[in-house]
Amino acid sequence: MQHDDVIWDLIGSKQFCSYKVKTKTKNFCRNEYNTTGLCNRQSCPLANSQYATVREEKGRCYLYMKVIERAAFPARMWEKVKLSECYERALQEIDENLIYWPRYYRHKCKQRFTKITQYLIRIRKLTLKRQRKLVPLSRKVERREKRREEKALIAAQLDNAIEKELLERLKQGTYGDIYNFPIHAFDKALEKQDEESESEAEEEDDEEGEDEDKGRREFVADDEIEESDLSDFEDMNNLKVSDEEEGDSSEEEEETEEEMEGSPGAKSKGKTPLKGPVRKKRPYVEIEYEQETEPAPKSKAS
Amino acid sequence: MSPGPNFDIPQEESESAGSSFPPTFSLSTIKNKQRRHLMFMKLKQEKRKQKLELRKKRKKERDALGDKAPPKDVPKTIENQRVYDETTVDPEDEEVAFDEGTDEFSAYFNKLTNPKVLITTSDRPRGRTVRFCEQLATVIPNAHVYYRRGLALKRIIPQCVSRNFTYLMVINEDRKVPNGMVLCHLPDGPTAHFKVSSVRLRKEMKRRGKDPTEHHPEVILNNFSTRLGHSIGRMFAALFPHDPHFVGRQVATFHNQRDFIFFRFHRYIFKNEKRVGIQELGPRFTLKLRSLQKGTFDSKFGEYEWVHKRHEMDSSRRKFHL
Repeated sequence: MQHDDVIWDLIGSKQFCSYKVKTKTKNFCRNEYNTTGLCNRQSCPLANSQYATVREEKGRCYLYMKVIERAAFPARMWEKVKLSECYERALQEIDENLIYWPRYYRHKCKQRFTKITQYLIRIRKLTLKRQRKLVPLSRKVERREKRREEKALIAAQLDNAIEKELLERLKQGTYGDIYNFPIHAFDKALEKQDEESESEAEEEDDEEGEDEDKGRREFVADDEIEESDLSDFEDMNNLKVSDEEEGDSSEEEEETEEEMEGSPGAKSKGKTPLKGPVRKKRPYVEIEYEQETEPAPKSKAS
Repeated sequence: MSPGPNFDIPQEESESAGSSFPPTFSLSTIKNKQRRHLMFMKLKQEKRKQKLELRKKRKKERDALGDKAPPKDVPKTIENQRVYDETTVDPEDEEVAFDEGTDEFSAYFNKLTNPKVLITTSDRPRGRTVRFCEQLATVIPNAHVYYRRGLALKRIIPQCVSRNFTYLMVINEDRKVPNGMVLCHLPDGPTAHFKVSSVRLRKEMKRRGKDPTEHHPEVILNNFSTRLGHSIGRMFAALFPHDPHFVGRQVATFHNQRDFIFFRFHRYIFKNEKRVGIQELGPRFTLKLRSLQKGTFDSKFGEYEWVHKRHEMDSSRRKFHL
C-alpha cells in the first residue's frame, strides 16, 4: 500500500532523502520528475501517488503522469504523452489529459511547460548566432613558443637588418635625387675626375699663391673658398653639381680628413694666407694643415 | 661490484689515459641511484676534460701556424643548419613569376587598386586592444577602425566588398590582450590567421619619436623565402599604398626569422651615405602564421592552403616554413 503521508513524514524531515538539496533558506529536490524543483509535500514525486510533470527530450515536450493504480509496477509507472509543437494546442492537451486532476497539478504542469518552451526558443536563437569556439592553449607549447620567439628576436638583429636594407635602397637609387650623397657606384668614375681636378687645383693654387704672396689680404667669398679647398677632394664635381649646400658640410669634414693624407704638398702654397677667414669655418682642418706645413713654430698646431 | 663511489673505475667509456678498454658498460645497469649519479658526474668530467684538451691542442696548432692557419670555421647557427625547404623560391623561377602575376594580389601589384583597410576586433574589446587598433590605423594609411557590435564576419565581408575595402583585419582578444589576427584580402582573396604576441604600444616604447605622420611609409619585407613566405609577404605588401612618400622617411618592416614575423615601424634619417639612423615610432608586435585559407574567412567550409599542425611540423627544430 502506498502511504504517502508516512513516506513524506520520513523523507521530508525526519530521515534522509537522496534527492534533497539543503540550502540556507530553501530545500530543493533533484528528482527529475519533480515539477517545481522544490522539496515540498505537494511537489515530491515520491510522496504523491498521483503526480504529473512535463519534461523535454531533444526539443520535444512530454507529459508524464503517475497514478496509484500503477504504483506496483515501477516499469510502467509513468505514462508519457507527447505534446504538440504548437504552444496553445499543447496547453489544451495538458488540460485534456489532466482533466479530473487537482487544479494544482494542472497549473504547475502548464507553468513548467511554458518555461521549457521559452528556454527552447532561446537555445534556437543562440545557435543561429555566432558560436564562440574556445581553443585550449597548451602551457608547454606556449612556453616553448615564447622562448623561441625571444631567441628569434635576438637572432634577427632587426636594427641592423633595417639599416642595411635602407642603405641598400639608397645605393640602388630608389630615393632618386632627394639625398645628395655621392653614391658609391660612381666612385671609380669620380676617381678619374679626381686626377683631373687635382691637376687643375695645383694650377689654381699656384696662381693664388702668387697673388697672395704680394702681401695683400683679401677677404674671399665662401664659394671660392669651398672650391679651392675642395679642389683636392674626391667627388668635387658631384658636389658642385648639386645645388644643396647643407649636405656638403658633413662631407667636407669627412673628406678633408681623407684628403689630408692624400696631397699635403699641393696646398702648401695656397692655403696659408687663407687661414684667416677659413679658420672660423673649419678650425679642425686648419690645425691639421698647419702641422703639415709648419710643424714646429705654430702654437696652434698642438 | 664497485667497491665505492670514490674509486676510479677502469670501466668508464673514455679514451683518457686513466681508463683501459672501451667497455660494454653502461650507466643504466647500476641500480643504486647515488652511485649511478656519481658515476655519471665522473663521466661528464672526463668528457669535459677531453674537450678542453682538444681545444687546447687546436689552439696551439693554430698559434703555431700563425698566419698560415686555416681560417676559422663558420659557427653553426640555426639559420645555417636550416633544413632546405623544397618550396624555396628561386629568384628567376618563371613558374613562380607567372603565378604571382595572376594571383589575387596581381590587381594590387598592377596598380589597379588602392588599399583600403578595415580594422576591427572580436566582441567587446578591452582598452589595450582598442588602443592597439587605433595605433595600427595610424601606421597603415587609409585604414578605418570600426567597432564590432557582435556582427558575424560573414555578414561584414559582403558589405566591405561593396564599399571597396581591400583588406579586413580582425584583432582577436583574450584576457584583455590582443592575441590573434585574421587578415582577409577582400575580393575573395586569401585569409591568413596569425597568432599575435609581444604587443608593445606606443607609450611603452623607449626612446620613441613623435607620432607617425600621414605620409605613406615604405615597406621592408625580409626573409620570406618559400612559396608560402612569398604569398604572405605579398599580403603584407598589399596593405600599404604603392607610392611611398620618401619625404616622410617612415618605414614599416616585416622581418621573418624562424617563422616569427616581427613588425616594426621606424623613422629613418640618412646621416651620410654609409650611416643611417632609425628611431622607432609606432607599435611593434610579432606574428606567427597559424593558417592560410584560400577564400575569404570561412571557418567551416573553407579550403585551407596551409595549416600549422604542431605534431607534424614542429618535429624538427631546424625546419621552418616561411
